[in-house]
Amino acid sequence: MSTFSYILGIVAASFTFIIVIDMLRRQRLRERHAIWWITGAILALIVGIFPALLDAIAAVIGIDVPINLVFFVSIAILVLVCIQHSAELTKTERQIRVLVEESALLSKRVRDLEDRA
Amino acid sequence: MTVAHTGSEARIVVIMPAFNEREAIENVIKEVHTALPAATCLVVDDGSLDDTAAIARRAGAAVIELPVNLGVGGAMRAGYRFALVNGYDVAVQIDADGQHDPSSVPAMVAQLVTADIVIGARFAGVGDYSVSGPRWWAMSFLSAVLSRAARRRLTDTTSGFKACGPRAIELLAREMPAEYLGDTIEALVIALKNGLIVDQYPVAMRPRAGGQPSHNPMKSAIYLVRGVFALAVAFIRPVGGARA
Ligand SMILES: Nc1nc2c(ncn2[C@@H]2O[C@H](COP(=O)(O)OP(=O)(O)O)[C@@H](O)[C@H]2O)c(=O)[nH]1
Ligand SMILES: [Mg+2]
Repeated sequence: MSTFSYILGIVAASFTFIIVIDMLRRQRLRERHAIWWITGAILALIVGIFPALLDAIAAVIGIDVPINLVFFVSIAILVLVCIQHSAELTKTERQIRVLVEESALLSKRVRDLEDRA
Repeated sequence: MTVAHTGSEARIVVIMPAFNEREAIENVIKEVHTALPAATCLVVDDGSLDDTAAIARRAGAAVIELPVNLGVGGAMRAGYRFALVNGYDVAVQIDADGQHDPSSVPAMVAQLVTADIVIGARFAGVGDYSVSGPRWWAMSFLSAVLSRAARRRLTDTTSGFKACGPRAIELLAREMPAEYLGDTIEALVIALKNGLIVDQYPVAMRPRAGGQPSHNPMKSAIYLVRGVFALAVAFIRPVGGARA
């Protein structure tokens, strides 16, 4: 690995980490959404700084090409985030439905009251 | 400092966030009326699946029913907004499950002369309530950090028993966070960062009067990590950066 690609890995991971923390700080991202990106960025940073660690772990769990471990963990994180987003979307849709129902019922009550007045 | 006249002259609203508390709430409302006959009792029913709202209304409380569950932070934010638009001087947050004794409220309100927020605190010499394991470590750590920030000893920073003066009402109606532990830890950090004075009054904690608590031992371990994380995030947040 060249010095350039070594530095590039570390810079990319740090950049992601800083962006996520700053968005969290400015309340652009909620804690429970940020947690996966923070986990990913920290893992990327550790592996970026100590590439030998990746080779060692891959050897221990029997993965011949260490980069495959990176792909596996990355895809696993992305799948988990997707599942979480689907669940959140389902919850949000339900909440919107309840709010629309509530608003329709309220406007009917208001109209009934106006008719009576 | 903040409430010029406490006691009989201040307009007080006692806010109770409630989720499925049909068994305990009626008695708590009665106790509030006995302890503070002049105060308004506001129950924020957070999408309960039982008849909590109807029971509360029958017991003489004002009731806000949220159509979807927002959690304690969201419910309290609605409560503080109610306090603000209706011109209350003091807003007291108290649990609907009977764990907090409403007879402590007058003393907490009296202490608002020298503070903006008075926490009804356990582990301060009164009562024998105890917590152990990870939840206790987390609570001690959070209290130690917040005590330093507040420059006075706070023993129970995750308490849901609080009295707030006008400055705190105005701030929390706008910035009360709806995040995990936002209604306790982060709300205190926001208050301290905005220069409010946070103090405590020792109280005893009673056992739940009925119904189910919202946490279990497994959640307590997660509580440790999330509590520390929530505190760290609260401290690095810019002042006045709240989003609705
Ligand atoms: N608004 C709101 N209040 C809740 C919710 N869950 C629990 N509460 C209320 O918060 C208070 C404390 O809840 P509890 O489960 O006893 O927590 P603990 O006292 O910390 O053990 C009670 O008044 C509950 O009714 C919720 O989802 N929304
Ligand atoms: Mg309780």
